[in-house]
Amino acid sequence: MKPRSSFDKALIEIQEDIFQLANLVEQAIFNAVQSLIKLDPAGAAQVIMCDEEIDELYAKIESKCIKLIATQQPMARDLRMVVTGIKILLSLERIGDHAVDIAQATMCIRESELNRKCSEYLTKMSRIVQQMIKDGLGAYRKRDAQKAQEMCTLDDEVDHIFTKIFQLLIDNILADPKSIVQSSYLLYVSRYLERIADHATDIGEAVIYLITGERKKLN
Amino acid sequence: MVKNGLNEPNENKILVKKLSLFYKDFQALKNVDLDIKANKITALIGPSGCGKSTFLRTLNRMNDLIEGVKVEGTILLEGENIYEPEVDVVNLRKRIGMVFQRPNPFPMSVYDNVAYGPRIHGLKNKRQLDEIIEKSLHLAALWDEVNARLFKSALGLSGGQQQRLCIARLLAVEPEVLLMDEPSSALDPISTLKIEELIQILKKNYTIVIVTHNMQQAARVSDVTAFFLNGELIEYGSTEEIFTRPKDQRTEDYISGRFG
Repeated sequence: MKPRSSFDKALIEIQEDIFQLANLVEQAIFNAVQSLIKLDPAGAAQVIMCDEEIDELYAKIESKCIKLIATQQPMARDLRMVVTGIKILLSLERIGDHAVDIAQATMCIRESELNRKCSEYLTKMSRIVQQMIKDGLGAYRKRDAQKAQEMCTLDDEVDHIFTKIFQLLIDNILADPKSIVQSSYLLYVSRYLERIADHATDIGEAVIYLITGERKKLN
Repeated sequence: MVKNGLNEPNENKILVKKLSLFYKDFQALKNVDLDIKANKITALIGPSGCGKSTFLRTLNRMNDLIEGVKVEGTILLEGENIYEPEVDVVNLRKRIGMVFQRPNPFPMSVYDNVAYGPRIHGLKNKRQLDEIIEKSLHLAALWDEVNARLFKSALGLSGGQQQRLCIARLLAVEPEVLLMDEPSSALDPISTLKIEELIQILKKNYTIVIVTHNMQQAARVSDVTAFFLNGELIEYGSTEEIFTRPKDQRTEDYISGRFG
């Protein structure tokens, strides 16, 4: 029998759990932004409900990581595997919370129509952050530091759209003070998406640490 | 060439250059180059038979006692080669003392155990001896536990106390370097942690080299770690680096338990 084969199995299991969590979180962002664009409070409520599943899975995987540290005392790459697992988990859980934040903002918007230009920007932003999470997890699966680094460059694009949305909404408020409530919520949403991109970048940094053992700041 | 991850310009206490050791035809150490930093704890790790204990024993010429041993290369203690023929080995072992795997107190009182070294080096003055014994036992974190029974047999102490007594006995002759060959492998976890705490305190004044099979112990106590395999020094670097991002795959395999 190979030494540490049960430990190796546990590490693989944690990794697969993380992919499952990432799928849930990605779906939550998509659904949250779609509910906002369609002004669909029922869809938003569904996103909020699904966060419980994300939190439960997060706690389950975190417990597995803690157990491995306590019982197996991982070293070197194994240690980096477990630490990276915890870092990615934490980022995913926070991203999940931001999906809930977006859903809550949606439930507060009373108007029947959304600012069209802003809606386009938010859709684009959402697509990019989902891509970032997908690419970050892909780099994690393939142990591809270059892909992780490339993914992080998308954060600049997200920041750029965030600045545009900010300007657009300020202009809207100045032109039509009645739009202040919707604009404020949309500003929040764009901020949440911008934060999600930052968390996705953290995932990229964690993947680079896993592969190289070096810490790299990418945002 | 061994990859050295150390960047600190610490003063070297011992410089080992191209050290090879043969037990008759068997080469137990192969061209080892290693700098031992002053006032640091250097851990030697590696599987059984890798040469780490042999290497440790070359540092105070304990291998001289084994028949058929041949040593090549140099070991410089503060610039002087300890393998020069004119070197006084007794004096060398006073400067570089050793603690063994199993505590080995002499069958005499606690006091006489610690006084043994100073006495054979010619010290007779009772007041001076008293001072040395108290100081050494304090340094070995044993004074509070034994001061009421200094003149009772050392064999009545617990295993952990006996090992600290052996350390006190070593400290009484004021060494500069402490060599420890698995000093806590025969002790329970609490006694082990006491020894580890003691090692941390002692490094302020001594240079320490420790051989351990316990990877967590190496990670906990040492500043520098050297990994040996088949008589070769494979990798040497800061303990943090060796245990989080070793450069050599063989080091990685060993410390993560995937060796063999």
